[in-house]
Amino acid sequence: MKSPIMLLTLGMLWGCANHSTSIYQQLGGEKAIEQIVENFIHEIQFDEYMFSQFKDSNINRFREKMAEHLCMLADGPCQYTGDDMQTVHEGMNITENQFNHSVDLFIKAMDKANIPHSIQNKFLAKIAPSRKDIIYR
Amino acid sequence: MRKRTEYLLTTTALLLLGTSSLCHAASGKLIGTAGLSQIEGSGGGGLVPWATLTGYDSQEQISVNAQYSQANLDNYKLDVLGVSASFYDKIEISIAQHEFELKDAGVDIKQHIVGIKYKLYGDAVYSKWPQFSLGVQFKDIDNGEIARAVGAIDSDKGTDIYLAATKVHLGAIAGYNAVWNLTARATKANELGLLGFGGIENGSYQLMLEASAGLLLSRHLVIGAEYRQKPDNLGLGEDDWKDLFISYIPSKDISFTIAWADLGAIAGVKGQQGLYFSLSGQLR
Ligand code: HEM
Repeated sequence: MKSPIMLLTLGMLWGCANHSTSIYQQLGGEKAIEQIVENFIHEIQFDEYMFSQFKDSNINRFREKMAEHLCMLADGPCQYTGDDMQTVHEGMNITENQFNHSVDLFIKAMDKANIPHSIQNKFLAKIAPSRKDIIYR
Repeated sequence: MRKRTEYLLTTTALLLLGTSSLCHAASGKLIGTAGLSQIEGSGGGGLVPWATLTGYDSQEQISVNAQYSQANLDNYKLDVLGVSASFYDKIEISIAQHEFELKDAGVDIKQHIVGIKYKLYGDAVYSKWPQFSLGVQFKDIDNGEIARAVGAIDSDKGTDIYLAATKVHLGAIAGYNAVWNLTARATKANELGLLGFGGIENGSYQLMLEASAGLLLSRHLVIGAEYRQKPDNLGLGEDDWKDLFISYIPSKDISFTIAWADLGAIAGVKGQQGLYFSLSGQLR
């Protein structure tokens, strides 16, 4: 009975050590990231709860910087030229709920870009640590 | 009075379960990382209370959940009806009712459990360290004759206190999300309290360890295993409990769990195994 727990633990350790190809490559490179960002913007546009935050934003800038940022988080060959997460989201007072909701939309955006479940999760693991710099600022 | 609270609890739970999918529910967490409850009514896996609260509430939300669970064993059957409310992903209050049927004797033991859980630290998914919570379960037996007959020191009331740590690791096992939980519980309860508290072998609080591990096969499917250490205060060979479970979570509003549970010897009757089924619904 204790063996499934052991197996899971071993699996977790193995999962940590298995970094051979970058998530950028596993996602499908630049094309896949552009597709995800496009889908994400589409999701935000049709989401009343999120859109209110973006109504005065420059969507073209957001598209470009978001793609660079995601590429960087996925260990891709990009230079992020935007501002750091804390500065960008300063004064927006993004709540925990809004953040978690945006993750749901981001998952939808990945689903629609046909990113496999396991690669979605590895990507989310890279994005998740940004949360503390983004909420309640 | 007791009959009335019971009736009220039953009807509200059923009513709420029935209407759950119609209401606009809290949705602040990642699907599959909340929404499950355990047999004593607290948020957790089937057997073990976790550090996570039952609901999908975030710091700005309140959520209300209801569960109906049943464990059908060779010689016993346990029905659990519970309602819980989580406030701002910080505090959870739960009420559960146990109806434990001794199939051979044709008798029932009833117990009510009021639980409070307070989140001390973290977010199971997003914080670097595990989420920690402290919880208390106040247990109240309705008919203590059987507890007295098997030699319980207290056949009326008892309190459990637990500290739980839970962590979700995104993409940890070949890209699948994994969750683990460890709980330390101070308890005197015999078989959850159904057979009273304390006994001839031991009358004081003991620390028991409980553990769960799960793998999220998709956003809607979780498989896992649980282990719950138990004291043997009565000297009847009370065993530790284990189960293997699979949960289907079609949406944030509802979840179904089926488990194979091995509960060992209960009140001296050995080899109690069987199916555990649980339905939980988020009402808001
Ligand atoms: C993991 C989560 C998030 C990431 C990685 C992220 C990343 C970014 C990036 C890279 C930019 C562009 C920065 C620049 O222009 O220099 C941006 C802008 C923006 N973000 Fe986020 N963001 C996240 C979550 C959120 C959430 C939850 C909200 C609101 C609900 C939000 C609202 C905004 C807005 C409104 C802008 C545009 C700012 C402007 O118009 O100048 N973000 N974000």
